[in-house]
Amino acid sequence: MADTGEGKKEEADYKRLHSFPLIRHTDMPEEMRVEAMELCVTACEKYATNNESAAKMIKEMMDKKFGSSWHVVIGEGFGFEITHEVKNLLYMFFGGSLAVCVWKCS
Amino acid sequence: MPAKGGDKQRQSQSGPSGGKAAPPRPAKPICKKRDEDASTDLGEGVDEWTAVKTLVKPPDQLELTEAELKEEFTRVLTANNPHAPQNIVRYSFKERAYKPIGYVDQTAIHFSLNGNLILKDSDEGRRQSVKSAVSEKPSLASSAVISEETEIKDEEGTEDTQAEGEEEAEEAGTAEEAEAAEAEEPPPPKVKEQKLANRFNFIERASKTLNNPLRERACQSEPTPCKNFSATANQWEIYDAYMEELQKMEKSKEKEKPKAQIAKKEEKKKGRKLTSLESQSDDITKISKAAKIMERMVNQNIFDDIAQDFKYFEDASDEYRDQKGTLLPLWKFQYDKTKRLAVTAISWNPKYKDLFAVGYGSYDFMKQSHGMLLLYTMKNPSFPEYVFSSESGIMCLDIHNDQPYLMAVGFYDGNVAIYNLKKATSQPSYKSSAKSGKHTDPVWQVKWQKDDMDNNLNFFSVSSDGRIVSWTLVKNELVHTDVIKLSAEGTTMQGPEGLQLQTLGCGTSFDFHKKIDYLFLVGTEEGKIYKCSKCYSSQFLDVFEAHHMAVDSVSWNPYHLKVFISCSSDWTVKIWDHTIKTPMFIYDLHSAVGDVAWSPYSSTVFAAVTTDGKAHVFDLSINKYEALCTQIVVAKKKNKITHIQFNPVYPVVIIGDERGHITCLKLSPNLRKMPKEKKGQVVKKGPEVEIAKLDKLLNLMREPEGTAGK
Repeated sequence: MADTGEGKKEEADYKRLHSFPLIRHTDMPEEMRVEAMELCVTACEKYATNNESAAKMIKEMMDKKFGSSWHVVIGEGFGFEITHEVKNLLYMFFGGSLAVCVWKCS
Repeated sequence: MPAKGGDKQRQSQSGPSGGKAAPPRPAKPICKKRDEDASTDLGEGVDEWTAVKTLVKPPDQLELTEAELKEEFTRVLTANNPHAPQNIVRYSFKERAYKPIGYVDQTAIHFSLNGNLILKDSDEGRRQSVKSAVSEKPSLASSAVISEETEIKDEEGTEDTQAEGEEEAEEAGTAEEAEAAEAEEPPPPKVKEQKLANRFNFIERASKTLNNPLRERACQSEPTPCKNFSATANQWEIYDAYMEELQKMEKSKEKEKPKAQIAKKEEKKKGRKLTSLESQSDDITKISKAAKIMERMVNQNIFDDIAQDFKYFEDASDEYRDQKGTLLPLWKFQYDKTKRLAVTAISWNPKYKDLFAVGYGSYDFMKQSHGMLLLYTMKNPSFPEYVFSSESGIMCLDIHNDQPYLMAVGFYDGNVAIYNLKKATSQPSYKSSAKSGKHTDPVWQVKWQKDDMDNNLNFFSVSSDGRIVSWTLVKNELVHTDVIKLSAEGTTMQGPEGLQLQTLGCGTSFDFHKKIDYLFLVGTEEGKIYKCSKCYSSQFLDVFEAHHMAVDSVSWNPYHLKVFISCSSDWTVKIWDHTIKTPMFIYDLHSAVGDVAWSPYSSTVFAAVTTDGKAHVFDLSINKYEALCTQIVVAKKKNKITHIQFNPVYPVVIIGDERGHITCLKLSPNLRKMPKEKKGQVVKKGPEVEIAKLDKLLNLMREPEGTAGK
């Protein structure tokens, strides 16, 4: 029982420590990056259990703000090879277990 | 083989049937020949084939004898179609039974053509020719053409009826005649054809508008640049990324902490003195030393010729000038921020012989503004080493002898201050204030004194308010003591209501005796020079009625203890023995004298500057009546020279003017002539010699006076 308690504590610790958004790769300009990141965080928090809705929300918001043809992938595990327009890519981790990839390609 | 034979027969059959239509040709023989040709053609092929190979017979072929083979079978040709069915039945609804149809069509049509030709001689032909005949010729031509066509058709030969054939033959005959007629007529058939086109009085005329050539223009936008990116996201990668980031953050935190701690420790260790410097140091200060060296190197390159002159140039023409000398201009120091300020004080640094301090302010009562204190070095004429600015104009300064980084400064507003070069602030380290007994008028001169008994720094100042004040630095504060008040005798005025008002003399300059510690001279605005002692604050040791106008400068001779010099705006420079009330020498320089200075290398050499822009250099041992050198240093009309100082080591003087420029001049060899060395005689040097030299001169002056007195 003690072990599981510790495990839970550790897990909680991990969650708490790793709750911040971590940008893994981006070539966006500063302003855009901050906005996109915040949008991702908002969407992931809003739809914590439904990645699809979160992705949809991010995609729609990005389309509105920065012009159409945005693509969003959210998941806990996936691999990808994409072609994106230069200065329009954001690949970040969030909440310790989610990977978010947002890019534009028309 | 018999089947083949049948085929042949059929061909030959059809041949003659067609042939009947063409009467001019002999039908049968040609047909036969053709047949033979065809058979031989085939036969040859067969022969060749049989010759080479034996006949292959089907195994079930009947074996016939010669006789049987030779037996002839006759066949009769009929007009019946062999392929036509013989037993056609049709259902008869009337009798409700199939009934055979007896009549079978035996004709086989291979080719049919409906003709539209009409005989010219027939009724219809005549009618048409009458109808259409506009002229005879076209009709003729048309008939001819038609006949030609019929000819061609004839040759092709079809299943026309016999009668028709005959008619055609006749037609051909007429056609031949027509052809003959054509030959006789001059226009060729082509021309006729053209006329044919115009048969219905039809004129064809075409015109075409100019079509603009088609053009195509296309433009394509550049495709947005794209890049490929690939990555794999899974739980362990995300975890690793987060862990790395956290470690980084921790490290940066750790780094910041020790830095702060170390800095604190260092600060504590080094103590109060360095903290101010440390806190101000930034990236630029790290390279400031290198930058300074670079700056000086660049300046050395730029002013290379001047530096060479300074070090080595000795005016060779002095030998031919008898005793006269010249001043060679070297560097000129100027700074943008001091353009509108006058040089009010200059002083060489006693330790660093190339460094001098310049005070800037204004002598004009109406145009008082801010002041500047700059320190220049001869190694860098383009930019000052130190810059201090002040709210009030600086009127005088003095550099401490033992601590050459301390400068006492007097301001136009009556304050005095001490600047410390070691501190990077542009504010004075210590400054007097209204409550700490500042002067009420401009401070005209300050002078450092030896440290007092408690080893406190102290200096004197003289001002127009008639006070001479001693300032002592006690515990970071300037404490003032009035040394003397310049109360002129019999100048007390009767104020209103029986109030006794004491008017004070206005001190403008002073100088302390080099050896006798308490003795000092004070020059005043009224032209008097007071000989005072620090010990008596109420009375003067002596009063000289020296000048008619303000005494601008007074200075003891550096060698002879009794002699001092004074200059005034009344155009004169006077040399005195302080024990005698009358001047020893008087020189009229024809313009207000701003400053006078003894040379450091000879007891008899001094220099004076006048407001007309001239510098005068005297050597009493050579010429006691005239200056050895009188030279215009600055432009006469717009500018005035204010101060002059000899460098304590090098044979140069610096001269400051009203426009903020400092000019450095080199004394030519004649102006610093030393006694000539004679062979076998050791030339004495030192203060004694200098004193003797001046004494000799003074005696010369005294004796005639004494004799005159007698």
